[in-house]
Amino acid sequence: MQWTQIVSKRIQNEHKEIAGNGVAMKGPSSKWAFSMGFLVGACSVYVFLHQVWFERSYPVLSEAQEKATAAVERPTSWRKEGAALINLLHPHHADEDSWVADVLYQKVRVLCWVMTGPYNLQSRAHHVRATWSRHCNVVVFMSSVEDPDFPTVGLGTKEGRDQLYWKTIRAFHYVYEHYVNEADWFLKADDDTYVVVDNLRWILSNHTPKEPIYFGKRFKPYTKQGYMSGGAGYVLSKEALKRFVEGFRTKVCTHTTPVEDLALGQCLEKMGVMAGDSRDTLHRETFHPFVPEHHLTGKFSKSFWYWSYCYYPIVEGPQCCSDLAVSFHYVEAELMYTLEYYTYHLRAYGYTPRYQPPLHQGLSFGPLSQTTVMVGIKEAQEKERNKLVPGAFKVKILFIIYNKR
Amino acid sequence: MFMKGMIMGGIFCLVLSLLASFNPSTEHTTEDHHHHHLQAPSKDELKHFSHSQMEDLSNQVRVYCIIMVQPKILVYWAAAIHTWSKHCDKAVFYTSEASKALEAVDLNEKDDWARLRKALTHAYENAGDLRWFFVAQPTTFAIIENLKYLLLTKDPNEPFYLGNAAKSGELDYVVYDSGIVLSYEALKRLVNVFKDEDKCPERGGSLWNVGEEKQLAMCLKYTGVFAENGEDIHGKGLFNSKSVESLISDSMQANPTNVVEGCCSDMAVTFNGMSPDQMQVMMFGVYRLRPYGHDFHDLLLFDPPVGSNND
Repeated sequence: MQWTQIVSKRIQNEHKEIAGNGVAMKGPSSKWAFSMGFLVGACSVYVFLHQVWFERSYPVLSEAQEKATAAVERPTSWRKEGAALINLLHPHHADEDSWVADVLYQKVRVLCWVMTGPYNLQSRAHHVRATWSRHCNVVVFMSSVEDPDFPTVGLGTKEGRDQLYWKTIRAFHYVYEHYVNEADWFLKADDDTYVVVDNLRWILSNHTPKEPIYFGKRFKPYTKQGYMSGGAGYVLSKEALKRFVEGFRTKVCTHTTPVEDLALGQCLEKMGVMAGDSRDTLHRETFHPFVPEHHLTGKFSKSFWYWSYCYYPIVEGPQCCSDLAVSFHYVEAELMYTLEYYTYHLRAYGYTPRYQPPLHQGLSFGPLSQTTVMVGIKEAQEKERNKLVPGAFKVKILFIIYNKR
Repeated sequence: MFMKGMIMGGIFCLVLSLLASFNPSTEHTTEDHHHHHLQAPSKDELKHFSHSQMEDLSNQVRVYCIIMVQPKILVYWAAAIHTWSKHCDKAVFYTSEASKALEAVDLNEKDDWARLRKALTHAYENAGDLRWFFVAQPTTFAIIENLKYLLLTKDPNEPFYLGNAAKSGELDYVVYDSGIVLSYEALKRLVNVFKDEDKCPERGGSLWNVGEEKQLAMCLKYTGVFAENGEDIHGKGLFNSKSVESLISDSMQANPTNVVEGCCSDMAVTFNGMSPDQMQVMMFGVYRLRPYGHDFHDLLLFDPPVGSNND
């Protein structure tokens, strides 16, 4: 309150002056002094009260702010190794029991490489990095140009549709050279493909990386056994990747056409790699070449190329797609986050889904890294079906036994 | 003289402020049930309930869905029938006028407020043993299981009026678009106050042209029922007036480094403004699409509805 001091000092001096001059001007100047004092007093108390009241509400504000920032913070969960991102954490939810998913994360290691380009890093690849690629064991972004910050690998090609097969050939060779021992399966996706990696592991858990096999959305033309759609993503076993690289070394495979998915399918067919059936146990597709809305609600016109391309019969409506869907294509940034929200976050509390997928019998829980894990028995649950169908009951028993050899 | 003036001024100001702060506090004494935020139960809260107690509770929470439709937007009625409303214990559609294509209770009423009153009265009279009421617009999508979880430990014989709570001046009201939840007691009091033409007129003059959501809040306020904001255990709102896409889009602007966590609750109850096709996608997203190997040991079990293939 420095200015009040200044003002009062001035008035004091004035008084002194008046006293000094010996002139008694008490009447008007004292009234003036009183009013000034009144104003100053009122204002300073008002300002003081305002500060105190504000401070009382301030802690509430800052508490809310703190809550908001706490919710927003996220630990870094990957380690950069050259141009690859090695995921250190399998993303977890606070309330969930992701025991089975964690086991699969260790047993079925997936390297994801994402086809992108220098002009799509911020508009597309960035959102892939922020969402589904966090669930891969390793992720590598492939571009024509190297970018050490993102990071992306520079494949030394040009950009454009006619470069797609060149980029694919070089990308798989790069992955084979640098990371073949870091993973068991090798997934290719576009920067507008959304992949549910946990569901991919479920499909792959019924096979071993030693099998020469690959999976994706199966198309039938131009090949004997079919080939996998590029946009919907496809995944090669370690043996399949070895054979692909071997094919180019022995010149059995060459760059024949820029049509990447077809060319790759033809090469793999020549090298004895089998085109797998990626459908779920109810024969519903898991890899999808379009967005969910299109598959769930769209009606494909009979003249649309899709009808003649699909290896398996097309199902329109809700049964088009497995509950354990693996991929969708033409997914733009906003839909990437929406799908992440739908898959990993939004749910109906307590809801028991119709489709209860079995744990594959082929999955042998052999040695796990370091830890010995105990027998885990999930409880048998007996519950009356509420309200809708009285009297019926449901029994759910899941036995999982494994140990370290 | 100056000092005297200053002291007088200070006292004057102090007295004035004290007087001013006194007045609003007298209003609070009449409120016996006044907390603004209603949170879903936490896992700890539910731990002390026995298995049979949980069964009783889950059977007790049963929802009567009041869905307001209109013939000119038939697609939304069809969308609601084939999607989320199948999860209500009882879903009744209320229309403004009859239409051959619409299977709904015809209220024969064009005025929005009068129509809402009639729908609520009809629901109260036909409640049977249902004790919770959820009012939805045609463009609303609700996840009834999450609503039941929110209401799990609340007694419907207490007055509850909740949803996305907003403020208009001194009035707290629940936004219509994101769904309105009423307990049996709240609805009972409301139906009674409908008879009072002074406090809660059916058709009013210009004073009452404030929209039916606020009129509802005013009538309920007279009966001692106040709006509460439905939230999850982290304080995030569960009732949304926008679509998922819209909220994600907003989050991409506001929290670009943490879009999904900064957006919406995992246990969201409603979204609004979804097209019928987007509602089908939401059915898939909520009830079917999930990552293998991630389990939630929920304390309640809700089964899928009979005769349905999109959930």
